[in-house]
Amino acid sequence: MIIDLHRFIAAERPCWTELEKMVGRLEAEPNATLDLENIQRFHELYERTSAGLAKLTTFSSEPATRRYLENLVARAYGEIHETRDKRRRIFPLKWFTKTFPQTFRRRIRVFYLSLAITLAGSAFGGGATAFDPESRHITMPFGHDQLRPSERVKQEETRKTDRLAGHRTSFSASLMTHNIQVSIFTLALGITCGIGTILMLFYNGIALGAIAVDYVADGQTSFLLGWLMPHGVIEIPAILIAGQAGLLLASGIIGWGKRMSLARRLREVSPDVVNLSFGFALLLVWAGLVEAFLSQYHEPVVPYEAKIVFGTVELIWLVLFLGKSGRR
Amino acid sequence: MKTSSLLIRTPEGIIFSQLLAGPVTRFLAWLIDSLCIGVLLNVLGTLLRVLDLLSLNISLAAITVGYFVINTGYGIFCEWAWRGQTIGKKLLGLRVVDAEGMRMQFNQIVTRNLLRFVDMLPAFYLVGGAACWFSRRCQRLGDVAANTIVIRTAAVTEPNLDQLAPGKFNSLRHYPHLAARLRQRVSPGEAATALHALLRRDQFEPAARIELFRELAVHFRLKVAFPAEAMESIPDEQYIHNVVDVIYRM
Repeated sequence: MIIDLHRFIAAERPCWTELEKMVGRLEAEPNATLDLENIQRFHELYERTSAGLAKLTTFSSEPATRRYLENLVARAYGEIHETRDKRRRIFPLKWFTKTFPQTFRRRIRVFYLSLAITLAGSAFGGGATAFDPESRHITMPFGHDQLRPSERVKQEETRKTDRLAGHRTSFSASLMTHNIQVSIFTLALGITCGIGTILMLFYNGIALGAIAVDYVADGQTSFLLGWLMPHGVIEIPAILIAGQAGLLLASGIIGWGKRMSLARRLREVSPDVVNLSFGFALLLVWAGLVEAFLSQYHEPVVPYEAKIVFGTVELIWLVLFLGKSGRR
Repeated sequence: MKTSSLLIRTPEGIIFSQLLAGPVTRFLAWLIDSLCIGVLLNVLGTLLRVLDLLSLNISLAAITVGYFVINTGYGIFCEWAWRGQTIGKKLLGLRVVDAEGMRMQFNQIVTRNLLRFVDMLPAFYLVGGAACWFSRRCQRLGDVAANTIVIRTAAVTEPNLDQLAPGKFNSLRHYPHLAARLRQRVSPGEAATALHALLRRDQFEPAARIELFRELAVHFRLKVAFPAEAMESIPDEQYIHNVVDVIYRM
């Protein structure tokens, strides 16, 4: 019980001010560390201020002081009880070569699920094209249903002019941004308990399967590989990683077999979701460059064999990178 | 049940509250942020026109990437640099914080901003707004995924007691021990109710004003029994004025 409130506030205010300064410094310099003496002082001030707040809570005449103390205790509480890493410095190279592939491997099962959903979609799309050719008008995106593969190959190979001349870089930029947006959307749909992510992956699989079967059935396998492999071996895994991130988020929401609160489950998966999202964004930047500057050029400008070799090298690099990079 | 504040209990047994921001305030903050993004995009577009001299193709590519980065990165950058605030949130006194009172992490900021892609569907943040409306802690989907809340941080100002005619005779002050007891027994909520009733007294209908202060006086008289001579010929409104004077002006 406080007998003399004014005297109490006057006596405690220096401690509050000192705590406020310490919290302010910790907030402004997150990389700063306190020595043992300062840690003890910080803790003492926090406990004393908390006790002051407890005393003032039921006291009606100092609402402003109470709000001030609540705010101060809340800030100090966040600093004292936080156990997660508080580094603010980012090391991009270390993150790319270690953190990202390590995160990918740690959540590899979710990636396999993402892959399985896409393969199921591909099988469905391929099957639909094989058994019901008319379905191409529904399953194939970007106007691919308007032209038989052999007709398109003939057009591309006899083209005299470079249709991307003068806007190759901007085409590349729009591919990058579009693919990253779609991938982020795939990730974000994980919040629907993964249903939206599954639909996106399945739909992508349908389009991929339908186009692949269409070209193979029309005898244009070399063209297909030469056209898709240079960028596709990076772009498709990147979209699968976006699906992985979305399904990971969904696993945090659903929490099968985990005896943890929703907040704790999401707190656990959130860093990995973010690492994967930056990872797929970077991969899509590369894929966008390759698609605009190489994939859209066909024989006789660039031999299909060269493009296939290029795509194979990229694929081997990606597998080694995601599988081995950052291993201790 | 929806609440306007979130109570956090520390391991030391201390409870502090965070005032939650409502969907309407958040929508207004978003409108301001959209305006800021629009201005930034305009400035960027104008600056990058210089690249037209070099190559129209490169200029267009830079604008495409720049637009995307600003649209996606504005929230992430501002909330990271200003500890949970964007320009809109700063202006309206809002801040994003960890839902459990911990220090907000970079991955939480990124997660809540990436989830905007779903929250903004189908237009004008309809999904996010609906989620916020029905959420107990007023969270849009991005906040749920990132375990964050948006709180009001507007500075609490001292009540303007000068409006209560200071210096008037207060019979309760003759009994300091009873006045101290009154201060102890009255909760902050009760004190605020009495104060606001006095500050807004001229806005009430005469009958409603008499009835309101009668009810308040009955309530406060039960808290501490002052001697009869202190209460003699004091109307209910004057009694409440004296009570508030005792509570707020020690």
